[in-house]
Amino acid sequence: MSQAEGTTKTNEMEIIFDSKSENEGFARVAVAAFLTQLDPLLEEVSDVKTAVSEAVTNAVIHGYRGGEGKIRLSCRLDKESRKIYIEVEDKGVGIEDVEKAREPMFTTRPELERSGMGFAFMEAFMDDVEVESTPGEGTCIKMYKRFEEWITQSL
Amino acid sequence: MQYQVEENCLTIFLPQEVDHHNAEDIRKEADKVIEQKHIRYVIFDFAGTNFMDSSGIGVIMGRYRQVYLMGGEVWAVHANDRMKRILRMSGVTKIMQVFEEEKK
Ligand SMILES: Nc1ncnc2c1ncn2[C@@H]1O[C@H](COP(=O)(O)OP(=O)(O)OP(=O)(O)O)[C@@H](O)[C@H]1O
Ligand SMILES: [Mg+2]
Repeated sequence: MSQAEGTTKTNEMEIIFDSKSENEGFARVAVAAFLTQLDPLLEEVSDVKTAVSEAVTNAVIHGYRGGEGKIRLSCRLDKESRKIYIEVEDKGVGIEDVEKAREPMFTTRPELERSGMGFAFMEAFMDDVEVESTPGEGTCIKMYKRFEEWITQSL
Repeated sequence: MQYQVEENCLTIFLPQEVDHHNAEDIRKEADKVIEQKHIRYVIFDFAGTNFMDSSGIGVIMGRYRQVYLMGGEVWAVHANDRMKRILRMSGVTKIMQVFEEEKK
């Protein structure tokens, strides 16, 4: 395979796990461990962990409404551009009105003490967030973030 | 949940990570104590916490709703910069005082 295809500069992982609240922490740690190869700043790791936590929690609470299902988390990093692409997908109930769902403080589950801040956090901590959703079929959150450049010093 | 009660004040020592998974326990236990001990002031102690997502915001707002009708208040103490940023971004600081520790 030629270098032009970029196989040496990108790295990808994908995990599929049950929709259970105990897997929220697992998903955060898995992504954080994967992206250490980019030598991110501590703050950048926290940003990504928060965004992943929000997307996975939404799949558990809203997508599958606390019931059974599988969540797919994929992560691709590009070492040259220092970008990380993340997808979190569920095959749950989907979102009727995506624009409305993304509004800060909008929630369909106030009785579960949800505050409607999940999408706001994802948007604040990642460079871009896309929501693909079809009612009755599921939801896929696609987001990316670019990490800051390191000034490398030769010792 | 780790906590301490002094008169009508409940201090909740939050875990290292506050997410949906452990928010449920905090919520249930806190409400039991709030009712039994007639709590009016709830202090969230972030000393051991380095991660919190929107689930934590929900826990704080929920406890605020429990105590504010009786003239109660909610406070945050020992929050690191990251936690303060999360609290500010969520707007929860409109109803909660964030105690600024003196820097040595
Ligand atoms: N994966 C999903 N499947 C179905 N509906 C979703 C999904 N993710 C989000 N939603 C819908 O979008 C709304 C807003 O999501 P958001 O994460 O911003 O807030 P929330 O989850 O309700 O509250 P919080 O994240 O503050 O706990 C949700 O209330 C829900 O109706
Ligand atoms: Mg959410």
